[in-house]
Amino acid sequence: MAAKSTRTTLILAPWIFTLGFFAIWEAAVWAFGISRFVLPAPTAIAEAIYQYQAQLLRHSFHTAWMTLAGFGLAVVFGLLLGMALGASRIIHAGTYPLLVGFNAIPKVAVVPILVIWFGVGWQPPVLTAFLISFFPIVVNVATGLATIEPETEDVLRALGASKRDIIMKVGIPRAMPYFFGSLKVAITLAYVGSVIAEYNASNVGVGNLMARASADFNVPLLWAALIALAVLGVIMYAATALVEKRMTGWAQRSQFASQ
Amino acid sequence: MSAFVDIHDVTHIYAGSEDGQPAVEGMNIKVQEGEFAAIVGPSGCGKSTVMKLATGLQFPAKGTIIVDGKQVTAPVKLAGMAFQNPVMLPWRTTLKNLLLPLEIVQPHRGRLRSHRKEYEARAEALLTQVGLAGQGSKFPWQLSGGMQQRASLCRALIHEPKLLMLDEPFGALDAFTREELWGIIRDLHAAQRFTVILVTHDLREAVFLADRVFCMSARPGRIIAEREIDLPRPRDIEITYTQEFIDIVHELRGHIRTARDAA
Ligand SMILES: Nc1ncnc2c1ncn2[C@@H]1O[C@H](COP(=O)(O)OP(=O)(O)OP(=O)(O)O)[C@@H](O)[C@H]1O
Ligand SMILES: [Mg+2]
Repeated sequence: MAAKSTRTTLILAPWIFTLGFFAIWEAAVWAFGISRFVLPAPTAIAEAIYQYQAQLLRHSFHTAWMTLAGFGLAVVFGLLLGMALGASRIIHAGTYPLLVGFNAIPKVAVVPILVIWFGVGWQPPVLTAFLISFFPIVVNVATGLATIEPETEDVLRALGASKRDIIMKVGIPRAMPYFFGSLKVAITLAYVGSVIAEYNASNVGVGNLMARASADFNVPLLWAALIALAVLGVIMYAATALVEKRMTGWAQRSQFASQ
Repeated sequence: MSAFVDIHDVTHIYAGSEDGQPAVEGMNIKVQEGEFAAIVGPSGCGKSTVMKLATGLQFPAKGTIIVDGKQVTAPVKLAGMAFQNPVMLPWRTTLKNLLLPLEIVQPHRGRLRSHRKEYEARAEALLTQVGLAGQGSKFPWQLSGGMQQRASLCRALIHEPKLLMLDEPFGALDAFTREELWGIIRDLHAAQRFTVILVTHDLREAVFLADRVFCMSARPGRIIAEREIDLPRPRDIEITYTQEFIDIVHELRGHIRTARDAA
C-alpha cells in the first residue's frame, strides 16, 4: 500500500515540480513587476510561441537537420577512427596526442575559419556539429575495442584466431554499448555546435532566429526560441537514449558497462 | 615414446617485466598423450606463464617447447582453455558462447553454417553432461558463477581439443560445487582421453584428478618435484578421505612449504 502510493508520487513528481517551477516564475514576475525585457512571464512566452509558431517550427526543423547531419558525419567518422585506434596500437599511439590537442580547442573558435572557407550557409553549422561531437565517439569505440579481457583473447588465440577474428567476434560487439553510450553525449554536443554556428554564420535555424531576435530586442521571441531549443534538445536526446536501450539491452541487464 | 607436451629447459622473461627477472627458469615438463597433469606452486611462481608458453601465447627466451610433435612457434590452434574467470561473452546466449570455438577452428569453421543443427546438438549434449541441460538459451549473466564455469568448460571442449588447459578453473567456487566439477572433469577425461594440464592452488584437487603432479618453486619458477599419482581409477570422491590420499597431499604440501621458505 505504502509502496504503491510512493510509486504514484514518483510518477507525478516531475509534473508537479515542473508546473510548480513555472507557477513560481509567473508569480514572481507579477509580484515584483519585472519588465518583460528582463524576464518575460511564462504566459508571455507561451503567447510568443503561439504568435511565432510557424517561424519557430521552420527554424527548429532546420536546426534539427544541421545537428543530425553533423551528428551523422561524426558517427561514421568516429566509428571508423575509433575502430582504427582500438585495433592498432601504432595508430593509437600515433594519433592520440593530435586528437587530444584537437579536442582541447573550443570549437566555437573554429566557426570563423569555417566562415572564411564556406561563407555563411549550411556548412558551418553541420561542420561545427561534426567537429564538436566526433571525439567522444572515437574515444568510446576505441576503449571498447582495446579493453577486451586478456583471458578472452587467450581463449581465442589458443584456437588459432586471427586478429581480425578477435575484432569481429569480440571487439565490435563489445564496443557497441560504449558506442551507443557515447551517442547521447555526441548528440548533445552536436546540438550545441550547430546552434552556435547558426548564431554566427547562418541565415536560418533557431540560432540565427535568436541572433535576429536579440538584435531587434524582441525578448519574448528570444525566450520562445529558447524553449523551442529545449524541446528539440530533449526530443533528440530521448531518441538517442531509446536507440541505445534497444541496441544494447544485454549490456544494461548484465551490468556490463559498470564492470 | 616422445611426450605430447614437452617443455625443455625453458626460461621466459616477460617483455614488460620491470626488473628483467625471468618468470620461469630452466623449466622441464613432460606430459604424455592422454595424461592428466597438474601444476601446483606458490602464487606468482609462473604457473599461468607455463600455460601461455605451452599454447604459444608467449615464446620462451631460451629452451624448446614441443606440443603434439611440433615445435611451438605460433598459437597452437588445438587447445581448449578455461580460467578462473569464465569470460563468457554477455551478448551471446550460453549455447552461442559454446559454438564460438567452432567459428574459429577448422574444419568446423567451414562446416558450421551447413551443419548447424549437428553442432548445436553436440553443444546441448555437452551441457547435459555438465548438468546444464536446457540452459543453452539463457544468457551467461542469467547463470550462477558455478554454472558459468561449467559452461566455460564446455566451451573449452566443444571442438574436441587434444589439449585442455585449465588455469584454476574451480578457484572461485564453493567447496561443494568444486567437488561436483571434479567429478565432471574426471568423467569427461575418462571418456575422451584428451591431454590435460591443470593449474591449481588446491593440492587435494591436484591429487584427486591428476596422473602426475608438478610442484613449482617460487619465482623464478622451476619444477622442484614431480609426483606420479597411481591411485586407481575411476576415483571416487571418497578416496580423498583415505590415508593413502592424505599422505600424498602431505608430501606435496611439504614441497610447497620448502618452495615458499626458500623464497
Ligand atoms: N604480462 C606480464 N608482463 C610482465 N610480467 C608478468 C606478466 N604476466 C606475469 N608476469 C610476472 O610473471 C610472474 C609469474 O606470473 P604468473 O601469472 O605465471 O604466476 P602464477 O603462478 O600463475 O600466479 P597465480 O597463482 O597468482 O595465478 C609473476 O611474477 C608476474 O608478475
Ligand atoms: Mg595464474
